[in-house]
Amino acid sequence: MTAKPTMDRRGFLKISASTPLLAFPFGFATPVAHAAVPAAADYDKVLVLIELKGGNDGLNTLVPFADPAYYVLRPKLAVSRDRVIALTDSVGLHPSLEPLFPLWKERELAVLQGVGYPEPNLSHFRSIEIWDTASKSAEYMQEGWLTRTFAAAPTPASFAADGVIIGSPDLGPLAGGGTRTIALSNTQQFLRQSRLATPEGEPHNKALAHILKVEADIMQAALRLSADYPFRTEFPQTAFGNAIRTASQVIANRAGVAVVRVTLSGFDTHNAQYATQARLLSDLADGIVALKGALVELERWHRSLVLTYAEFGRRPKENLSNGTDHGTSSVHFALGGRVAGGLYGEQPSLDRLSGDGNTSYAIDFRSVYATVLERWWGVPSSGVLNGRYTALPMLRS
Amino acid sequence: MRFLVAPFLLAAVCTAHAVALPVTTALGYDDARHLLTRTGFAATQAEIERYAGLTREQAVKKLLAESTRTALTPPPSWAADSDVFAQRPGVGASEMERKRFQEEETRKGLELRGWWVTEMLSTPSPLTERMTLFWHNHFVSSQQKVKLAELMYRQNVTLRANALGDFGELLHAVARDPAMVVYLDSVQNRKGTPNENFAREVMELFTLGEGQYSEQDIKEAARAFTGWSIDRSTGEFTFRRLIHDDGVKTVLGRSGKRDGDQVLDILLAERQTGEFITRKLWREFVSPNPDDAEVKRIAERFRESRYDIKSALYALLTSDAFYAAENRATLIKSPIDLVVGTLRQFDMRPSATIPFAVAAAAMGQNLFAPPNVRGWRGQDAWINSTTLLARKQFLDRMFRAGDGGSQTFLATDTSMVQPPGRSIMPAGAQDPDAIRQIQFRRAMDRGLNSVHFDRTAWFEQFSSPANSVGHARAAIRLLLATAPQNSLDLQEEPLGLVRSIVLDAAYQLK
Repeated sequence: MTAKPTMDRRGFLKISASTPLLAFPFGFATPVAHAAVPAAADYDKVLVLIELKGGNDGLNTLVPFADPAYYVLRPKLAVSRDRVIALTDSVGLHPSLEPLFPLWKERELAVLQGVGYPEPNLSHFRSIEIWDTASKSAEYMQEGWLTRTFAAAPTPASFAADGVIIGSPDLGPLAGGGTRTIALSNTQQFLRQSRLATPEGEPHNKALAHILKVEADIMQAALRLSADYPFRTEFPQTAFGNAIRTASQVIANRAGVAVVRVTLSGFDTHNAQYATQARLLSDLADGIVALKGALVELERWHRSLVLTYAEFGRRPKENLSNGTDHGTSSVHFALGGRVAGGLYGEQPSLDRLSGDGNTSYAIDFRSVYATVLERWWGVPSSGVLNGRYTALPMLRS
Repeated sequence: MRFLVAPFLLAAVCTAHAVALPVTTALGYDDARHLLTRTGFAATQAEIERYAGLTREQAVKKLLAESTRTALTPPPSWAADSDVFAQRPGVGASEMERKRFQEEETRKGLELRGWWVTEMLSTPSPLTERMTLFWHNHFVSSQQKVKLAELMYRQNVTLRANALGDFGELLHAVARDPAMVVYLDSVQNRKGTPNENFAREVMELFTLGEGQYSEQDIKEAARAFTGWSIDRSTGEFTFRRLIHDDGVKTVLGRSGKRDGDQVLDILLAERQTGEFITRKLWREFVSPNPDDAEVKRIAERFRESRYDIKSALYALLTSDAFYAAENRATLIKSPIDLVVGTLRQFDMRPSATIPFAVAAAAMGQNLFAPPNVRGWRGQDAWINSTTLLARKQFLDRMFRAGDGGSQTFLATDTSMVQPPGRSIMPAGAQDPDAIRQIQFRRAMDRGLNSVHFDRTAWFEQFSSPANSVGHARAAIRLLLATAPQNSLDLQEEPLGLVRSIVLDAAYQLK
């Protein structure tokens, strides 16, 4: 009786997935999984992207409480001055972001004001595509900016994957091209599903080679990821808290990943914004605090950079449904043990809005990407970004 | 004692018939299978038997002659309503009214997807549906932007009516198709403040291809299309003379007081247009790498026939390149190929088709909602870790006995089939939208669980004795375009055997 080969592999997978040591004979060069990182690109430093899907209202996230124009534009939605967590004498955080205040005090939170791009597009789909591909407003590109990054400067072969996308079907900045990207909702479920992968075969054309490569990527990730790091950190009992737990599990693996992306959805607040945004920002802040806790436990906080992004912000003038419509530039956060905390860019002027009532931008989003590439990973950025964008001085060496 | 067959042995079996044959030679089993798989949704044993033995010429003529211009499946009841367009919430509508309207259009959109999948499953001419889908991915419009399911239905009718007709007529019809007029912002294209969206895409994506025109050509052409709009009550196309720019325009070197139709004729007169469309048809039907000389030859026939799409297909599907061994199994099945093809191949008759449209959406092909104006990229882009596991999970589900409670969708993100307003709602426990999402997924799972695979009947179609190695070989030859990549156990029980075959990487190819 010959056992079916797939059964062998399934059995093997089950054991190795939960027992990291068993994986070493199958491709790990050394017990220190990150040792083979080339000097040129330091992917030992992880990037955690948090997508605020739907377009977060920047004006109520970092509140310009000293600007009378803000209260004129937001008669119903304005955060009252006494509730704002003041960072300076003119701007402060939404009260739901209070859990982030200790990070601000420790100067581990950089607040990037007015992040946007020229000729802004107000469609969710198109604008996130612009952000994900780092394209110009009227330029259509197929590959995500991180896909181009890893094509130009590959991650070590021993990594579990280039990137892991958590809880979202679209690969965003990792779409297109030949990255080793894994999308999963939770690690245990992925390990279970991965048993359907069948990477054996002799590809005799490009299509088959591509399919077998993806099957192999799934296998490699499944072999090198585990789902059972015993964190002491307590993760919030929310969908986003679960995503942060999964992100922490992924980062806890000894085989590296360069990027983890999590998504917090629901920011398209056309109506009744106040309660919705308050809850979402609270989820965000609690999630980030838990993530820091987990990364500190792993002794990875100083090698982690957390960045928020979104397709756009929202229009300064509130609409008639107690909500806000699609806008342009917005505020974003960078956090981590090596972040040089403080304010960057400048708050968009509310006196000089565009014809459709939107704000201009102070920081091109590609400058944020250039910072990640050059200052975080040490990868030249102009090729990847198709142009020169000045890195921000938001990281300490 | 089990009999294992090495992949290389099967490679010999599967490619033995794949040699190029002259036009007058009869198609063998593998050739007929190849032709029907590439032009339809999988090929059943019975269909192959009807085509094997015909010459290439006879076979392709038969396929083209059997094409239709209308769908057999009756459309959803609302599709015939002419006043639905007027029921849209107006400027002063309350949030409640807007939300109700949006939910109504979402529901209609799902019915529309189910309707199309039903048609794909039941049509006597799969080629008609494949070409309708081809044009849907060429002349892209998406319900995500158009919103009104009624307009998406009408566009689908227009695409099918012209799918194997005259490309020039199709282009003219699409340019004034209401869904397209909304999707590419023709509604906002007025004299003095032109919107260039349609003018740009008609050149870049519909006719000439990138780099074959200047930015100035786009500006001038946009002026010619000013005033192309839709009636606000009926949703029909209307020309608004007052906002039309009737001045002189110069497009591709030709000057005159051109209107939009005349600009389309200028684009059709360009040799490049025939080649651009032929190249795209090649990628759809032949291989990912068009042969320049052959494309030019076929494009020439296409033009000589005054853009008769059947002439282009005839030339393509009788060419040596189409049957060449090196082009077999080089295309990756689209999610619709995989889902509809599997249902057709195994004679599974779902009680509801919406769940299968949603399954294809979870694999990256949401009918009536391509991701952007460029459409689905196809080929390698169909397959990433998420979509491949979604495909395999679907196939595993279809061929698992006694597992009626399987929860494919509860474990999958279906947000891509929801309208933007809802897809980005958070999933909190008290959130009614989240509860509806879960109910929706449960309903989808029930739909997937409703199909039945009658393995005894299915295996009876092969002439070899039941439960034999010959049976297994016949199934592999029918189901896979190339040798299986895994070692398959040919004596496995029927359900397990089929599951192993469809989970093999080779099943993703056509």
